[in-house]
Amino acid sequence: MGAEVLLEINHMSKGFDELDVIKDISLSVKKGEVVSIIGPSGSGKSTLLRCATMLEKMDGGSLIYLGEKAAWEEKGRCVYAKKQELKKIQKHFGLVFQNFNLFPHYSVMRNIIDAPMRVNGVSKREAVSRAKELLEQLGLADKADAYPCQLSGGQQQRVSIARALALQPKILFFDEPTSALDPELTGEVLKVIRQLAKEHMTMIIVTHEMQFARELSDRIIFMEQGIIQAQGTPEEIFASDKERVRAFIGKFQS
Amino acid sequence: MSTGTMFMQLGKGMFSTAEIFFLTLLFSLPLGLLVSFGRMARNGIIRGISKFYISIMRGTPLMLQLLVVYFAPYYLFGANLRGYRFPAIILAFSINYAAYFAEIYRGGIESISVGQYEAAKVLGYNKGQTFFRIILPQVLKRIMPSITNETITLVKDTSLAFVLAHAEMFTIAKQIAAKDTSVMPLMVAGLFYYIFNFAVAFAMERIEKAMDYYR
Ligand SMILES: Nc1ncnc2c1ncn2[C@@H]1O[C@H](COP(=O)(O)OP(=O)(O)O)[C@@H](O)[C@H]1O
Ligand SMILES: [Mg+2]
Repeated sequence: MGAEVLLEINHMSKGFDELDVIKDISLSVKKGEVVSIIGPSGSGKSTLLRCATMLEKMDGGSLIYLGEKAAWEEKGRCVYAKKQELKKIQKHFGLVFQNFNLFPHYSVMRNIIDAPMRVNGVSKREAVSRAKELLEQLGLADKADAYPCQLSGGQQQRVSIARALALQPKILFFDEPTSALDPELTGEVLKVIRQLAKEHMTMIIVTHEMQFARELSDRIIFMEQGIIQAQGTPEEIFASDKERVRAFIGKFQS
Repeated sequence: MSTGTMFMQLGKGMFSTAEIFFLTLLFSLPLGLLVSFGRMARNGIIRGISKFYISIMRGTPLMLQLLVVYFAPYYLFGANLRGYRFPAIILAFSINYAAYFAEIYRGGIESISVGQYEAAKVLGYNKGQTFFRIILPQVLKRIMPSITNETITLVKDTSLAFVLAHAEMFTIAKQIAAKDTSVMPLMVAGLFYYIFNFAVAFAMERIEKAMDYYR
């Protein structure tokens, strides 16, 4: 595949105090790719996503979006680009949180249009019209005026996906998007992500939904103890001869 | 003194009381927010100073603070300021209430989940937008009951201005009571305070209701 590389992570490391959480992770994601990250809890999946989305500063390594360097190593230390530069780079990606983090005091519509208007200077008319399209697409057309507290978890998560999409990111991260949902509500969120995959949205998804990862991903990464223990196509991972990978996947297939 | 005159005079005092009340809120609410920023500052010195300020303001009597603020310019600098009485009252009340409000703001700000900041950051909001558009509205909703409490206390605390012989309602009631050797003016003043607070509580309840559209 000769597609453009959207994200490149080289030798990322990150620790908290004495604890090395991300040890040495390199990863590159091309346009249109869907990459799932699986692994036991505590293995550093969230930390990886938080470093990639600059919510957390890495200790070492480099982070590059569309060829633009956000962070790199200099004399053995990790340095970040200037604020102005980072603001620009930040527009390339979006992040969907496990617990949505919608703004409770804003209506669904306001949640979706506020950032495009305040951050990107989009006109209200344009922001609203785009938000309506998104709500339609995500099956929430009748919820524009509702407040987050009036919605089910599944609906809230779909709104938070719409909120991220409204900024038209090139790459979208998901950190366990269905883990906070009742089992009967995960389906509606997974359906939306499937639909995005069909539209060739580039996505990096941390998930425990093995079947979902298997059918959707171009690549699956198995993480454990801060490193990538295995990666490959779903077929390769699900037929892995690595004991740890098989054991982990096995646990979720009952 | 006739009942009519008494009501007239107490009414004037009530106006003065309301003046102290509103001006104190006007200054102490923003000042309190500023102090709460200091209290949560990353810089240890700023944090220490703010903490000390709050502890002094909350740890000493407001009546004493009124006297200190009023007499300090004279005793420290020998300055004899004309017309300083009323500004001194407003200043003392404002810096005192700012300390209480600061702690209320801090509690409110710290109760907002870090996820709200993170969502705002990833969406590209800058620090000012994040605070004023995302965090502060939620903080105000949460702290409104505590603000109501302080506000009601403030209505009653305005009577402390009597130590500087300012002609607010309590001072006047005391004077009339002494002159007429009657407890009636004090009873009427009490009634006025009660009515004032009733109105304040009503207004605050309306504000709380207006923010009830979300959880
Ligand atoms: N802010 C933090 N401070 C200290 N330790 C942290 C912090 N964030 C994560 N950790 C630790 O890092 C490890 C990996 O966490 P995380 O990235 O959340 O794993 P996962 O998402 O795979 O479950 C855990 O041991 C966790 O306790
Ligand atoms: Mg996690």
